Amino acid sequence: MSLDFGRRTIVLRPVTRVPVRPLVVCGGLVLAALATAVLALGTGEVDIPPAAVLRALAGSGSGADHLVVVEWRLPRVLLALILGAALGLAGAIFQALTRNPLGSPDVIGFNTGSFTGVLVATATVGTGYYVTVAGALAGGLLTAAAVYLFAYRRGVQGFRLIIVGIAVGAVLTSVNEWFIMRADLTVALAASIWGQGTLNNAAWRGVGPAAIVLGVLAVVLLAMGPRLSLLEMGEDAAAALGVRVERARLAYLVIGVALTAAVAAAAGPISFVSLAAPQLARRLTGTPGVALVPAAAMGALLLIVSDWLALHAFAPTQLPVGVLTVAVGGVYFVGLLLRQGRKQ
Amino acid sequence: MVLTRTASDARPALRRGTVLAAWLAVLGVVCLLSVAIGTRAIAPATVWDALVHHGAGADQTVVRDLRVPRTVLGLLAGVAFGLSGAVIQAVTRNPLADTQILGINAGAGLFMVLAIGFLGRTDIDQYLWFGFGGVAFALVGVYALGSAGRGGATPIRLTLAGVALGAVLDGISAGVRLVRPRAFDYLRFWDAGTIAGRPIEVARTILPFVLAGAVLALLVAGSLNAVALGDDLARSLGANIGRTRLLAVLAVMLLTGAATAAAGPIGFIGLMVPQVVRRFAGPDQRWIFAYTVVCGPVLLLSADIVGRVVIRPGELPVGIVTAFVGAPVLIWWIRRAKVGTR
Repeated sequence: MSLDFGRRTIVLRPVTRVPVRPLVVCGGLVLAALATAVLALGTGEVDIPPAAVLRALAGSGSGADHLVVVEWRLPRVLLALILGAALGLAGAIFQALTRNPLGSPDVIGFNTGSFTGVLVATATVGTGYYVTVAGALAGGLLTAAAVYLFAYRRGVQGFRLIIVGIAVGAVLTSVNEWFIMRADLTVALAASIWGQGTLNNAAWRGVGPAAIVLGVLAVVLLAMGPRLSLLEMGEDAAAALGVRVERARLAYLVIGVALTAAVAAAAGPISFVSLAAPQLARRLTGTPGVALVPAAAMGALLLIVSDWLALHAFAPTQLPVGVLTVAVGGVYFVGLLLRQGRKQ
Repeated sequence: MVLTRTASDARPALRRGTVLAAWLAVLGVVCLLSVAIGTRAIAPATVWDALVHHGAGADQTVVRDLRVPRTVLGLLAGVAFGLSGAVIQAVTRNPLADTQILGINAGAGLFMVLAIGFLGRTDIDQYLWFGFGGVAFALVGVYALGSAGRGGATPIRLTLAGVALGAVLDGISAGVRLVRPRAFDYLRFWDAGTIAGRPIEVARTILPFVLAGAVLALLVAGSLNAVALGDDLARSLGANIGRTRLLAVLAVMLLTGAATAAAGPIGFIGLMVPQVVRRFAGPDQRWIFAYTVVCGPVLLLSADIVGRVVIRPGELPVGIVTAFVGAPVLIWWIRRAKVGTR
């Protein structure tokens, strides 16, 4: 007696599935960001065609082109790309941690904290680039620590974190308003422009530190592997899958805050990029959770486009880029709330 | 809702009335303190002389021209912010609601920035109307955003919608201000929320609106008791939910618009007062509102007095003091609460 096992077939299957769509989307976002960067490098008081911009970047352009493109405009464009990516990453981290698309650092009051830090530092120490940087870092970190501490009660839960952030943010906002009220008009105006987030003061000396911070933190993030998406599945599920929840969460929180504070130090608290970028990227890639790399690419694209618009849309008035991201992010925000409402 | 009154109901009412009278006395004391205490110490006899005999002299002038208008404006703003908070909490059935948290003050601020920056309106009786418009705009926006979809306006979603809309509106008004330095300079003294340095005309201008708003609020208080039971139950009890909501929103618009235009966005009064008052007023909105009318100004004027003495010879605007008092209360409250376990 013989058993019929059916016809023999051979199935060829790749060992790991390559996620095609996220890769294509990331590539597209990066290309779009770079194209905008070339466009931004070429427009302004002196218009330079894209080909000449590329030649100047490669080091073979004319002296004047080199001066305008590399010395004047490149730092701003590079900062926009770097800071945008940092904001996208920070947003992705916070949204995964709070498991809420609204849980971005600007909504929970960290930006206000870095603004307070800068105002306090300026009032006590004086003005200067490193005073601003130190003030923004200290203010952001202290605020984040305070918010986390107040929200901690057998773990941190999303809604509580947001409400505590509102409360702490309200106190800091009132402190900021007091400083602005007491200063004279020019100082107050300058402080307010910084408080909106602006790249108008971008220079080469700011690019290096920002690039180093982003690079180091990105490496740390990569080393931490897939813990973030496990955390997003919920505390119990993550713990069951072998993640030490509180420790991992604290580590991610520190990284997210450091990214936000680095941006605030370089350009002021630019709001809403970290809110919108991860969600937009998630929609485009079609991944179930918040993904880091697409969020970073999306953030870079959003910030460079916003900055270009802020610089040229209302010329000769140069708006701080933060005003534009608030307006654009606001429209997105409304859409997000509406869609959430329909889903429930 | 028809309930038969029995003898046992009368006694709590009596007790509540007595406590209310006691708070009224406290309010009187706070008003007197507000006139007497300040950067410049003035003897009670001089205060009496200034108020009753219209005596001449520098101190008397300070009392009459600065302290009295400030106290009157504080009274009105306290009533307005407290009561609007109570109404919003009742309408939305959301104990976290407050004009600041729900982004309504931001709406008033944005419209005033537009009025001052682009239309050059710097008189209160002109930009007051923009304050009303901004409040109405933000109220409708927050409610529409928070209640979109089948889930309805849960406390969490309303709060998030308010925070979101508030952040956007604040951002836009900051942008407009940076383009219009005149509006920036004018409004930075308004932003923190202060009742200092406003002439008595400001209080006189907003008085009719605050009064109208307060009367409206007290009128709908009874119907809001039914709303507290939930829409379906309220409807089955014969309450006209649509009309109640409309009147309540109108009351909030009058109260918040007027107070914000005059004193700036003073936060947390509307959050704290109804919350605290509920403990001795019970669940009846009519009592809650009555207590809020008395306790709102008590809190605001006390905060203002604290602001005058903590950093002598300087002064803190009252909005900063209320933020410093209110934020810990909010944090304590959310740590205790069981809401939002999502």
